[in-house]
Amino acid sequence: MFKSKYFETIRTTAVILIALVIAFLIIALVSDNPVKTIGIFLFEPLNSKGHIGNVIEMAIPLMFTGLAVSLLFRANMFNLGAEGIFYFSGVVASAVAIHWSLGGFLHPVVAILAGSIVGAILSAVPGILKAKWNANELVTSLMFNNILFGIGLYLLNYQLRDAKAFANVSFKFEKTALLDKIIPGTRIHTGLIIVLALIVLAHFFLYKTKWGYELRMTGANRSFARYSGMKTAKVIILVHLLAGFVAGMGGSVEVLGMYTRFQWTALPGYGLDGALVAMLAKNNPLSVIGSALFLAYIRIGADLMARLSDVPAEMISIIQAVIILLISAEQFLKFWKNRMLLKEAREA
Amino acid sequence: MSSGSCNLLGAEKLTFRTRSLLIFKLEGCEGSTMETPLLEMRGITKVYPNGVVANRDVNFSLREGEIHALAGENGAGKSTLMKMIFGMEEPSEGEIYIRGEKVRLQSPQDAIDRGIGMVHQHFMLVPSFTVAENMVLGMEPRKGLGIHYAEAIRMTEETARKYNLAVNPKAKVEDLTVGMKQKVEILKALLRGAKILILDEPTAVLTPQETEELFRELQQLKEHGHTIVFISHKLKEVKAICDRITILRGGSSEGVFQTADVSEQEISRLMVGRDVVLKYDKPQVALKEPVLTVQELNVSDRQGNSLLRDVNFTVHGGQIVGIAGVEGNGQRELIEALTGGLQGVSSNGTVQVKGTEIREADILAIRNLGVAYIPEDRMSQGSAAEASISDNLISTRYRSRTLNKNFLLKSSSILELATRLIEDFKIRCSGPKQPIGMLSGGNMQKVVVARECSANPQLLIAEQPTRGVDVGAAQLIHQKLLELREKQSAIVLVSADLNEVLEISDCLLVMYEGQIVAYIENPSGMSEEELGLYMLGIKRQDAQQIRRALSHV
Repeated sequence: MFKSKYFETIRTTAVILIALVIAFLIIALVSDNPVKTIGIFLFEPLNSKGHIGNVIEMAIPLMFTGLAVSLLFRANMFNLGAEGIFYFSGVVASAVAIHWSLGGFLHPVVAILAGSIVGAILSAVPGILKAKWNANELVTSLMFNNILFGIGLYLLNYQLRDAKAFANVSFKFEKTALLDKIIPGTRIHTGLIIVLALIVLAHFFLYKTKWGYELRMTGANRSFARYSGMKTAKVIILVHLLAGFVAGMGGSVEVLGMYTRFQWTALPGYGLDGALVAMLAKNNPLSVIGSALFLAYIRIGADLMARLSDVPAEMISIIQAVIILLISAEQFLKFWKNRMLLKEAREA
Repeated sequence: MSSGSCNLLGAEKLTFRTRSLLIFKLEGCEGSTMETPLLEMRGITKVYPNGVVANRDVNFSLREGEIHALAGENGAGKSTLMKMIFGMEEPSEGEIYIRGEKVRLQSPQDAIDRGIGMVHQHFMLVPSFTVAENMVLGMEPRKGLGIHYAEAIRMTEETARKYNLAVNPKAKVEDLTVGMKQKVEILKALLRGAKILILDEPTAVLTPQETEELFRELQQLKEHGHTIVFISHKLKEVKAICDRITILRGGSSEGVFQTADVSEQEISRLMVGRDVVLKYDKPQVALKEPVLTVQELNVSDRQGNSLLRDVNFTVHGGQIVGIAGVEGNGQRELIEALTGGLQGVSSNGTVQVKGTEIREADILAIRNLGVAYIPEDRMSQGSAAEASISDNLISTRYRSRTLNKNFLLKSSSILELATRLIEDFKIRCSGPKQPIGMLSGGNMQKVVVARECSANPQLLIAEQPTRGVDVGAAQLIHQKLLELREKQSAIVLVSADLNEVLEISDCLLVMYEGQIVAYIENPSGMSEEELGLYMLGIKRQDAQQIRRALSHV
């Protein structure tokens, strides 16, 4: 039977199922042909190479931001700044991709690194404010998102904008800067390899190195970490640097992998989605892969549903809202856990 | 030490044999009481969300007008059982009856409505409010939109007079002594109409003199017809004032007895499964050179109030220096000065470990000098509850070369270390990967002590190392301290447990209002009462005698 130690997994599964059931109910209410619509929502994303490709393409940025947010949440930093950094680093990488020309594989590498390093430096600001003056990282990072968006949009409008284009978009990237597609018939690009490698690295960093250990202990109980002799202020700044680096790399990779011009005139939302991915993954780097794929799957499902049936894609935000609500509700299914515990106790 | 573990095994067998006997005894007991008990709990099981089974099929009953002791080691489930009576927790299984009527207590308000009051171990008072304001909190008499302060004072005075418990209604709670605060807590419960009063370890924070006063008050309440549940693991006190005793061990009830019928030894055997001897054979250890030197240490807060004044002492290798005193007499600040924790205060003087000044050094630098520290609060400082036992064990040495290879931590060495320490310190757990938060208080403390003691420190600062742990764990911790002493470590032992400081220390300093007021050699010869006089500031030695703490001659 179920054991209480699997409770979190069971709970997450239950939350997802409940959210899906609610989604079906809504579809049943809205749609003229609910069975067909649900079928599209569930199976259409998986029924062709192109659609599976879409799911994976969408999962790549989610993995980047999910990993960045997981690291922050692990250190008990409720920082949602991945959003602004993802956007701004995209601008930086675009600038490098447009204005420089470098030979061979170097161009994307330089562009991505530039975006990542700028991301790390920007992210350090709320980190330092937190570490030195205990400024609430949630407030500062959300403010920072707006600031970065404002500056990024300014740069797009006045420095990168292609006046000949009909929309508010940048000049075209140099061909050499674009990331290669790795699977024919899809738009899946080398970013997938980068992010998977990064996730594995993060896993080792977190669980197998002394810096990762410091990070986990600081997150679990900061005064315990301090008492043990750890410099928790440094740990907090370090985790911000890392998360900023990862989020910045995500923005750069996304821009160079999926587009030929920079064209975001609003925050793309991947940073906040990263928080959802991190919650589903329980802040475990390796689980980020699965939860990002799941989120991408239901998004693509909703997209296809909007195109092929009479239910709009916005329905997906209801599913997300239910998931966030139930995952963060600590009491949800607690009674069941208590019953399992009682049973185990009696057997012991 | 080997005899200790032998004892444990023997005792385990013994209790298995006596268990069947006890059941007979219990049934006989219940058969003789024909009247319905005032309060009865039947078949109570409580499992916490983290998997800890706090109570297992416990029966408990209270007769009207008795003082009923609830005894057991820490982690035996006493507090949990009482929290269920007071509606702070709900049982996972089992029923509660009040005067034969089945009740469901879902909140403390439910319990208060049925005449149950509780005085917690850590007082639930608002420090910045006056006594009267605390008394009426949540049931304030109203006058217009505001609170009717005069009425609150009248209510306080009336209750105080009725039960003969003198308090000053206008005093601020933060200015009161611990004994006084406790009195306010008791009155608070009485004002809310409590007929059943639960006291959770009421004497843990009191001096011997204050304890006596509390006992007089409890007797008075009993004469008024109140029923009292007295939670304690101090057997002398249980014998002194309780009528009946329920003994818990490992979450289960070991039986109900008339206190007069059982001896202290029998109670302790039922509690621990072995006889309690808090006497230790301490081999003579020749004093080495001083490890810790504190000279002319002064600390004052931002307002300029003196917190520590002219503190002088040394601790040599192979020596345990005890520090006794009522809480809040400068021990906190002294420990902070020794562990790099002074913050928001001004200080001067010298604090040296092997010649290196540490008063303003950071924690890592101090730890690198070989200073280990067992903090008073194992939950907020000493451990990270959600992290595993092995993660908690390596927090002070994860940087060391033996645990690292290139960039990676050596999991095998960590596992080996954790397994060895779990075995050495008899930590009861399912394995090194178990989160420490799932352990009982005593086992959690053993993890903290294991971490700090196993690094062979030059200097160990042990702050309340056995507070709230059972006798078995306390003994083990004491033995480990004595082992360290034999290995030439210098040890500072700060404790509110008088038996502990008197028994373990080679010499004892008594603190009162930020000063050292007595230096006592061979403290094991001193009585707790005499120590109490120093602790209360009634007696103090002259400056010359106190200066001996520097040279130990």
